[in-house]
Amino acid sequence: MSGTVTTPMTENRLLEVRDLTVEFATEEGIVRAVDDVSFHIERGETLVVVGESGSGKSVTSLAVMGLVANPPGRIASGTILLRGRDGAVRDLARLDHTALRQIRGNEIAMIFQEPMTSLNPIYTIGDQIIEAIRLHQGKSGREAFARGVEMLELLGIPEPARRMRSYPHQMSGGMRQRAMIAMALSCRPTLLIADEPTTALDVTIQAQILELIKRLQSELGMAVIFITHNLGVAAEIADRIMVMYAGKIVEAGPARAIFHQPRMPYTIGLLNSVPRLGIDRAAQHELVAISGNVPSPRDLPSGCAFHPRCSHFAPALCDGEIPPLETSAPDHFVRCLRWRDIAQQGSSEERR
Amino acid sequence: MIQYVIRRLIQLIFVLIGVSLVIFLTMHVLPGDVATMLLGDRATNLQLENLRRQLGLDQPIYIQYLRFAIGAIQGDFGLSLRSNRPAFDDVWTAFPVTIQLSLAALAFAIAVGVPLGVVAALRPLSRFDNIVMTVTLFGVSMPIFWYGLMMILVFGAFLDWLPIGGLMPIGVEPPRVTGMSVVDSIIAGDWNLVITSLRHLVLPACTLGTIPVAIITRITRSEMLSMRSHDHVRTARAKGLPEWRVVLKHVLRNALIPVVTVIGLQLGLLLSGAVLTETIFSLPGLGRLMINAILARDYPVVQAAALFTAFLFVVVNLFVDLSYAWLDPRIRYR
Amino acid sequence: MTVTAVTPTARAAWTKGATKLLRRPTARLGAGIVAIFLLLTVLAPLLAPYSPFDQDFAAALQPPSAAHPFGTDQYGRDVLSRVMYGTRIALLSILVADGFGLVVGTLLGLIAGFYGKWVDSTVMRIVDVLLAFPYLLLALIIVAALGPGLLNSMIAIGVVYTPQYARLIRGQVLSVKTTEFVLAAQAIGANRARIMLRHILPNSFTPVLVMGTLSAGTVVVETAGLSFLGMGSQPPSPDWGAVLAEGQGYFLTAWWIATFPGLAIFAVVIGFNLLGDALRDHFDPRRRKE
Repeated sequence: MSGTVTTPMTENRLLEVRDLTVEFATEEGIVRAVDDVSFHIERGETLVVVGESGSGKSVTSLAVMGLVANPPGRIASGTILLRGRDGAVRDLARLDHTALRQIRGNEIAMIFQEPMTSLNPIYTIGDQIIEAIRLHQGKSGREAFARGVEMLELLGIPEPARRMRSYPHQMSGGMRQRAMIAMALSCRPTLLIADEPTTALDVTIQAQILELIKRLQSELGMAVIFITHNLGVAAEIADRIMVMYAGKIVEAGPARAIFHQPRMPYTIGLLNSVPRLGIDRAAQHELVAISGNVPSPRDLPSGCAFHPRCSHFAPALCDGEIPPLETSAPDHFVRCLRWRDIAQQGSSEERR
Repeated sequence: MIQYVIRRLIQLIFVLIGVSLVIFLTMHVLPGDVATMLLGDRATNLQLENLRRQLGLDQPIYIQYLRFAIGAIQGDFGLSLRSNRPAFDDVWTAFPVTIQLSLAALAFAIAVGVPLGVVAALRPLSRFDNIVMTVTLFGVSMPIFWYGLMMILVFGAFLDWLPIGGLMPIGVEPPRVTGMSVVDSIIAGDWNLVITSLRHLVLPACTLGTIPVAIITRITRSEMLSMRSHDHVRTARAKGLPEWRVVLKHVLRNALIPVVTVIGLQLGLLLSGAVLTETIFSLPGLGRLMINAILARDYPVVQAAALFTAFLFVVVNLFVDLSYAWLDPRIRYR
Repeated sequence: MTVTAVTPTARAAWTKGATKLLRRPTARLGAGIVAIFLLLTVLAPLLAPYSPFDQDFAAALQPPSAAHPFGTDQYGRDVLSRVMYGTRIALLSILVADGFGLVVGTLLGLIAGFYGKWVDSTVMRIVDVLLAFPYLLLALIIVAALGPGLLNSMIAIGVVYTPQYARLIRGQVLSVKTTEFVLAAQAIGANRARIMLRHILPNSFTPVLVMGTLSAGTVVVETAGLSFLGMGSQPPSPDWGAVLAEGQGYFLTAWWIATFPGLAIFAVVIGFNLLGDALRDHFDPRRRKE
């Protein structure tokens, strides 16, 4: 079968992305939205991808889904290995459209940021849930409807059978997002990609949806890639965290390590800009937003792309070479030439 | 929804009153005395007086309007000054011809315009798209009375494929039931008649449908393009739907809602164009009737034809709005 | 108001704007056609090889040739010369009909917007009623009342175009009415209507220009259409619609009589449509993408 790969992938790994580069053709020339990104996710694991808008986090997830619009976008290089339900490992970057479609919505499902606009306004919720079930599971209309009701019930939607016949505009934002999740989970995917699913919702609903995703994940045993710009959300659910900046991974590691021994100044900045849960208020730094803006991918700064905003910027060093991704501790990676200095500084501060 | 329909119906009544006022006033208040026009300059004062009284022209203007309006509701516009038959009878006879022509033109425009727009939108700025956009630009700029003549010249005279005028050959006519030649031929069950009547319909319908084809193509294309980047389309792709289903179910169906409105708006264009098309192809429809009546100063028929056409237009526009609501659940449930 | 001389910078800005406007080939084509059309209205007497009215029965119904590039009609008149002179009637119809719509529509829009309340609703209901007619039907009713003729047909088309200008200007008035500076000016006792006019007129300039250009083309078709139906200018006028109508009778034997004036109408409409589209895109960059 095309796309079957012999390169070994560790047994418990569900998805492994290697050296992924995604480019977009724009009027000002080729733009790299994702630059040489590698990561993996294990079965049942939750990986949180953190970054500001324009960091490449959403494009990475779209690439995994095979949903990068071409043109103007294309996967320039890299492999996206997925272990299917049948145990076979396939490279999604090289799979043809038909084979990709059988995986999409079936083994990998995705939920999006805007529950207001991500549902088609002119079809009922039921119509839109049934669509995927019939497509991937070959069920009859009635069976699919029953399955849809079951899913809505699982998501805690009251009167599920009636809700199946509702149109999106008749439901609240939180309900719509639940319906979106029901739709995504209806084929029992092994991997769920959630692209800022709670951003557009108010705080109490946010917490409910996060709780729901956590519960369903353990019940259904699926892996989750959770994309957010909010480290507070990450703290709630992450097993591992990957921080992206300007199309590159700048720090990655177990959630504990990222929260307690952040090495990259950008990560530290992000942590300082959100109230951290579970940390004594007095000990917590004052909230500081990172100054400056995300650079345009058309016009990246030389060297480390973060250097113009970095408080540890060392002239002639940081704006020279692009720093490599180094291992700072087992399973902990950081892209910063000065991470050792910063780590020392941090620990001396802690001692004080 | 029911409230919406009722509100629209009330609006419709007021618009119709306005329309009838415009028609009444233009015929009565603008320069020129009807009695003099009818009898000519040589008429004696007595003759003029008599005719004015007979026509009710000696009454105050609002009484005249009320009489006109009450008559109009009953389909009574007075007698045609040419045929001496009730003016509305002439209108009623001509009406099916125009309807058949307009519907055929609209069917042609939708059948060609929507698929063309969809295909052009699949690959924007491709060679095919560029050709479609150029041709449709020419289409919207077409003076149809000239275009009709060109069609006659090429397909009628030069290639000799199709008849160049009339509803049917002289002396051939299906028994009149609806007044639409094609429908009557089908009712008569005579396939030769059906084919003959259809062949007579092809050139006029294509002529009248040309501008609508161009407009529908362009609007379908642009609605498809703007719909394509909507979030819900990405959701549909994320489900793993085949591309053709994404396009048909989640792009086209949504794009068709605004397209339907535009199709409805074509009706004004069709009823206007029908006047010219009927003239070119000598079809005895409403437009032709009206032109002849204006040229002969047959005012009862002008009024009857004008009011009836405007009525038709307003009512169909109402149906278009309602169908819009029916297609878009966001309006339906408001 | 004083007339200020065009400063060099203003001229440079204008040149730059025009260059940008004409960057696309379709815009250049449109501007070119319109320019040729306007030139012909002026130069027709110089360029036309024959008089548009002189009859020459010896040369009747001749097909296109070197002497008569567009052929001759049933009276031996040169079709090319008639088409050239026809540009003047077409221009006149644009000025009269489009101008009528513009002036009357603007007045109605200003009145409706300024006075609001029942004045506004009355004017807008009249506009609704006018829009409730298929456009040619409305024109025909007016011609029927006024009597057929060139000027009457132009006025009739002008009435058809009035509602769109009225709506446009009313919208402008309403958007300016509630802005801070008008309210502030009112507070210090300045003449409100005058201040509003000074802001509305410049703001309305570009949409009116775009609308005027786009409707210029359709005005030409519609007045020609009325003439074709015998409702507009009458023979022996070289009005394109009238020439077409005359040519229709000889159409199957002498195709050239009707063909060339039709092509002229077609070209003028395309010209104004392309130019109008270019202007709209130029002034409203959001639309440029599609």
